[in-house]
Amino acid sequence: MTEAVIIGVGLHPFGRFPGKPALDMGADAVRLALADAGVNWPQIQGGYIGSYEVANPDAIVGRLGLTGVPLRGVFNGCATAGTAVALAARAIETGEHDLTIAIGLDKHPRGAFAADPSVAGIPSWYGQTGLFLTTHFFGMKINRYMHEHGISHETLARVASKNFRNAAGNEKAWRRTPLTPEEVLASPVLNYPLRQFMYCGPNEGAAAVVMCRADQAHKYTSTPVRVRATSLRSRRLGAFEVQSPSFPVGEPVDSPSVDASRDAYERAGIGPEDVDVAQLQDTDAGSEIIHMAENGLCKDGEQERLIAEGATEIGGRLPVNTDGGLLGNGEPIGASGLRQIHEIVLQLRGAAGTRQIPGTPRVGYTHLYGAPGASAVTILST
Amino acid sequence: MTTTQRPVAEGLFTWPPAAGPLRLIGSQCAVCHLVSFPAAATCVRCASDESKERLLADRGTLWTYTTQDFRPPSPPYDGPEAFEPYAVGYIELPGELLVEARLTEPDPEKLKIGQDMRLTLVPYTVEDDGTEVMTFAFAPAEEETP
Repeated sequence: MTEAVIIGVGLHPFGRFPGKPALDMGADAVRLALADAGVNWPQIQGGYIGSYEVANPDAIVGRLGLTGVPLRGVFNGCATAGTAVALAARAIETGEHDLTIAIGLDKHPRGAFAADPSVAGIPSWYGQTGLFLTTHFFGMKINRYMHEHGISHETLARVASKNFRNAAGNEKAWRRTPLTPEEVLASPVLNYPLRQFMYCGPNEGAAAVVMCRADQAHKYTSTPVRVRATSLRSRRLGAFEVQSPSFPVGEPVDSPSVDASRDAYERAGIGPEDVDVAQLQDTDAGSEIIHMAENGLCKDGEQERLIAEGATEIGGRLPVNTDGGLLGNGEPIGASGLRQIHEIVLQLRGAAGTRQIPGTPRVGYTHLYGAPGASAVTILST
Repeated sequence: MTTTQRPVAEGLFTWPPAAGPLRLIGSQCAVCHLVSFPAAATCVRCASDESKERLLADRGTLWTYTTQDFRPPSPPYDGPEAFEPYAVGYIELPGELLVEARLTEPDPEKLKIGQDMRLTLVPYTVEDDGTEVMTFAFAPAEEETP
């Protein structure tokens, strides 16, 4: 099987861009990725594109060139970009195409996501009575986790503070004002124990990644980044998951993040001990803490010490969310995971500027999680 | 003058209150015996479409909880415009399932994982004609007066 490698990445800044359509942001990101790869749009043989707000994101061909390219729309909630990357890589691995693209774009209105529960197959009363909020799940999961594994409120605040500090050094990030842990802890509670400055917000942005066959990479770049594994998993019966009016009693069942992570490590032949830099879904500060363990990067409860020691800082031994993560960048759902890949590619190329991690990183890891209980993991290496 | 009440949905809990003790209406798969709430026509474990009604336990323990400190997006939320924060949690009903519900105690400092809880009803909103719309909730069991 042919291996897929990343030869170009492009990122439209994440934030608020009044008057600028999502498709235009997507087209800008694609042009940046194409320029980075040194290829033209007509050379792209196939691609995958994801968006929550834009019903026909594949209409982007009207902005880029009507070449007849097969551009397939994909959607898996917050894990959408994981699917776009996985399928763009798969098209190369199976020999269908030599040069592919994964694109994500979104433009969300302000505030928490509002939808009818029927979109998740849940009765209306669940929404009418005020239970249909994904933020409840995040508050309840970290509350239970803190109780079981001795994680403190201060550790939640340190995670948020770190990600805003990393975002401050990233000119394409959204929340670029550094906040001390004390300032984070002084913000109002939204869903106990989570506070205002511990949550990411939906916003706007776009990103794109260009891939080619590994044996042709030399034509485009001297620093290809190998796609070692991609994996997507949905929730299993018994797992505590978002948007669940109930779930069975009994032995705890692993989250889809654990399942996707294990599958990706196995496919890559790479272990968590080999990971040099990670991008983990930090919908909230608690999620980053839980996802460190769910992705095998530490044991449950070790986060309290690791974060106090600065292990997840840019200069630490396991840097997490070096570009500010979702907390610092916000979450345009379709693009979020491609932003993660963009950052890992810069880090592995040694081109991340002031936020470059020290040494010669070889292995990067990205992780997405969201409603209705789906997780996507990508493992990249030099 | 009596206050008129109605349940937020039919088939969610036993109604009217005068007809008998309050219970949540779940279902149990006839083949693999998995308990579901709300009642499910198809089993998510074995995919059987044979199930029977099962009234769930009215007592359990608090497994986890959080609070809702801002008014949820509306729709779908149809509670009062004047928002009062509330708490939600999962209550473990032994041998049955963990059910998500509103809690009657809104103060997180007064809630504790593992504490005993009992089923009750709350009027989560009042319609223009004064009708109270009732939904299920769990209350700390020690709130009971002897």
